[in-house]
Amino acid sequence: MLLLILTVFVGAPLAAWVARFGRIQSAWAAGLVTIVAVLQLITLMPAVFEGETLIHQWDWMPRAGLNLSFRLDGLGLLFALLILGIGLLVILYARYYLAARDCMGRFYAYLLLFMGAMLGIVLSENIIQLLVFWELTSLTSFLLISYWQERADARQGARMALAVTGAGGLAMLGGFVLLGHIVGSYELSVILQSGDVIRAHPLYLPTLVLILLGAFTKSAQFPFHFWLPNAMSAPTPVSAYLHSATMVKAGVFLLARLFPALSGTPEWSALVGGAGLATLLVGAVFALFKHDLKGLLAYSTISHLGLITLLFGIGTPLAAVAGVFHIINHAIFKASLFMAAGIIDHETGSRDMRRINGLWKYMPHTAMLAMVAAAAMAGVPLLNGFLSKEMFFAEAVSASTHLRLGWLLPATVTVAGVFAVAYSFRFIHDVFFNGEPVDLPKSPHEPPRWMKVPVEMLVALCLLVGILPALTVEPLLTLASSGMLNQPVPDFDLALWHGFNIALAMSVVALVGGGLLYVARQPLFELHDRFEHRLQAKPLFDRTIGGVLGAAGAITRALDTGSLQRLVALFVAFAAVLGISGFVASDSPLTGPRDLLPVDGISLLAAGGLAAAALATVIMHRQRLVSLILIGVVGLVVSLVFVKFSAPDLALTQLSVEVVTIVLLLLALYFLPRRQQPDSHPGHRARDVVLSVVAGGGVAALAWAVLTRPYDTIADFFLANSVPGGGGTNVVNVILVDFRGYDTLGEITVLALAALGIFAMLEGLHLKGPTRDDEGRPWSPDMHPPVMASLTRLLLPLALLVSAFIFLRGHNQPGGGFIAGLVTAVALIMQYLANGVAWTQSRLPANMHPVLAMGLLVATLTGLASWLFGHPFLTSTYTYLYWPLVGKFEVASAMVFDLGVYLVVVGATLLILIHLGLMHSASHQAPADTGDYR
Amino acid sequence: MIDIALVIAFTLVGLAVAFTLYRLLRGPSAPDRILALDTLYVNTIALLVLLGIHLGSNIYFEAALLIALMGFVGTVALCKFLLRGDIIE
Repeated sequence: MLLLILTVFVGAPLAAWVARFGRIQSAWAAGLVTIVAVLQLITLMPAVFEGETLIHQWDWMPRAGLNLSFRLDGLGLLFALLILGIGLLVILYARYYLAARDCMGRFYAYLLLFMGAMLGIVLSENIIQLLVFWELTSLTSFLLISYWQERADARQGARMALAVTGAGGLAMLGGFVLLGHIVGSYELSVILQSGDVIRAHPLYLPTLVLILLGAFTKSAQFPFHFWLPNAMSAPTPVSAYLHSATMVKAGVFLLARLFPALSGTPEWSALVGGAGLATLLVGAVFALFKHDLKGLLAYSTISHLGLITLLFGIGTPLAAVAGVFHIINHAIFKASLFMAAGIIDHETGSRDMRRINGLWKYMPHTAMLAMVAAAAMAGVPLLNGFLSKEMFFAEAVSASTHLRLGWLLPATVTVAGVFAVAYSFRFIHDVFFNGEPVDLPKSPHEPPRWMKVPVEMLVALCLLVGILPALTVEPLLTLASSGMLNQPVPDFDLALWHGFNIALAMSVVALVGGGLLYVARQPLFELHDRFEHRLQAKPLFDRTIGGVLGAAGAITRALDTGSLQRLVALFVAFAAVLGISGFVASDSPLTGPRDLLPVDGISLLAAGGLAAAALATVIMHRQRLVSLILIGVVGLVVSLVFVKFSAPDLALTQLSVEVVTIVLLLLALYFLPRRQQPDSHPGHRARDVVLSVVAGGGVAALAWAVLTRPYDTIADFFLANSVPGGGGTNVVNVILVDFRGYDTLGEITVLALAALGIFAMLEGLHLKGPTRDDEGRPWSPDMHPPVMASLTRLLLPLALLVSAFIFLRGHNQPGGGFIAGLVTAVALIMQYLANGVAWTQSRLPANMHPVLAMGLLVATLTGLASWLFGHPFLTSTYTYLYWPLVGKFEVASAMVFDLGVYLVVVGATLLILIHLGLMHSASHQAPADTGDYR
Repeated sequence: MIDIALVIAFTLVGLAVAFTLYRLLRGPSAPDRILALDTLYVNTIALLVLLGIHLGSNIYFEAALLIALMGFVGTVALCKFLLRGDIIE
């Protein structure tokens, strides 16, 4: 079954790709894919007909109850057949329907995606998986409805369908989670057996309501029906597919699927039956008044979905069987009607029934087909619609005996029946008779031969099922019903003639009444025209959506005024309030029990210097260069603090990062004014001073409180396991490349991506720099003073040696790939500083992308290599070699990983700094290079 | 003996750091501050080496080595900025 669904999903890009070779080829590909899927389904059929329920399952996250599991029983089989069968006909039909300017590949790709999602719904065993496919149908139907993207009504209709069905899907997710909570499993086999538990549970009602919201929105039940008529802006093949056999049937499928689990309570009857009855009536009445051919069919679809829902709502097994039967019949006649409407639209250029009249003369063949299908829709004897409608009337009558005011149910149902007959009459009479066509864009004629074939096949089915039900549909219906009910199927009789009974009387009333109603339609139309503008759901929907968007926008604008100062102030204020209130509420002392360490003069001096430099940075922050120098002091003292508290790795990293930061900021400073005028309001400054003192004091107090308390860390574990587990005595490095190697791999990937992102942003950007320094003096004409150039050239090998030294010893002593990488990068940057871009790039390849790629590749391959030895990703190993002169020497696979880190750091740092530097190479021209010191 | 020498050395280097900090904060010109930062680097190296002697450990010497290297680059970059504005050209 997985294969079946995969076939369809893989077929989608295939159909899109094949479209390069021609429009017809794409249709063939889509058709072949569907046929392959049908064949796969047929191989599974014998087992299902023997009464088996096929379940194929693959564990994914079994402890969370999430599995990939598929289920094929009678109900699933029936729906899969409908989806694939009508899908195949729609593919054939669309081949002739779509105009030359429409992109075939895109259409068939969407259609197949949608088909796959629908199959996923009806074949799912796990309800969460079902929901995923459910949402996929919402998304793919959005793509299908908005297929004519250039049309505003198509886009709006698609958006409305997505909003309504998507919201329903969200509600349904809640319902499914509750259902899983009640039952303890997300598997349908368990859920369907637990009907009694579910119905007795206190959470039954919320569960039911949430799931029904999902089903009703999808099936366009009143009051969520309004999206369906608006979705009529889709191409007609899409309407024929979505609104006959698939999309809207997903909702009633869900009702059928969960029928054994949820039905049989007063709540179920009230909600499902009530919604069904209202939808039945509303749909039937509105259908009569639509002048648009597809609009009529849309409302009739709503009405028939209401009928099916009502049957499930009645709740008896026999009614549910009738519901399934009507699902089949409706799929058949509605698909053919939509296709016929599409043909008429295609050949006349209009869908307005006030203009298309008298087509019998021009397209008798199509007219005959459409009339038979419309008669089936009306429930005329000898056609399939009659049989299920009779069953429906009979069930409505028998259900009414249990209800107070029970006679209302058959009465309302009969009224709906009258309207159904009337709109079917209108479909036939208005379109094919009723005088001559009025002002049509095209002169009508018969469509191409093969465009009618799908309609013919469906109409033939209408007749076959209607005349010989026992031979055609009965085995499948029995099978589907047994799959749905999870219990023996009640006896039902699909005979044409049941004798004179109430149901027959209702049918007769509906047929005669419908005819009379149509004859007397004019006054009703006038009444409708007068009130039509009040009954439009679209403006209401648009207003609601507009209101929600407006409210969201207002909230966003109220919080985010585009001022960073304001956001930071709010953030800091909230942090301070929360922190202080938390501390006050906790009632614990500020100073913990730990003894304080002795203070020495040098530490005092360092702390004083740190505080003074930090303060001075704040005070002089408007003189940018000075504040940069002061930040350099802060960084230096911080690294001294790291040294003092035995973190040499951190100190080395801090020192390297410090100088890279200075270079980076200097590059940026070039474009900024050296002095910045104070621009903030005095009131704001007062606020900021208070805020920063409170927040800074709070952090200081917090640090004090934490540092004076003894606490256990995971450091002991790493200290104990560093040598036996990672083979290195430098715990920091072993954590980076071994214990947390996976994190490091992620981090270097991010670093590489950041570097590429910066590269992409700076690419081609040239800014103008100032021509004089901030005191108005011209820049020194000497670009590369020879003393500096010669010195830094000498320094390069030494710096690289330091880098290699730090890299090699990293695993056991302070150092490692990250620091070594920074040192190398700084050594190379120094050449750019002192010798210039031209000199350096003629000796060193400027393109750093291969270095980044190499680094990531080396790191990843090191991780993958452990798979060769059957260990998990990034398992490290180490051994000891004896080299002459050096002696015992450790080699760890983590060092290769560290090499990857090294390469990425070098590549990223150089890439960023050099491209920042090159950004203004064009801004002030260098004097002619004498080159005498080269 | 070494202890007395260490105390004297720490005091002197500490004084030097204090003076450098003063110059750094006081300025007044940018070259003054850059030079002060460079001197601070040198003093820091001295402090680290003294600390290593005091604790009898050579684990701090890499930090001193790195300060020597990095401090130089930082000073070069700042000076280049004063001279030309554009440091990578």
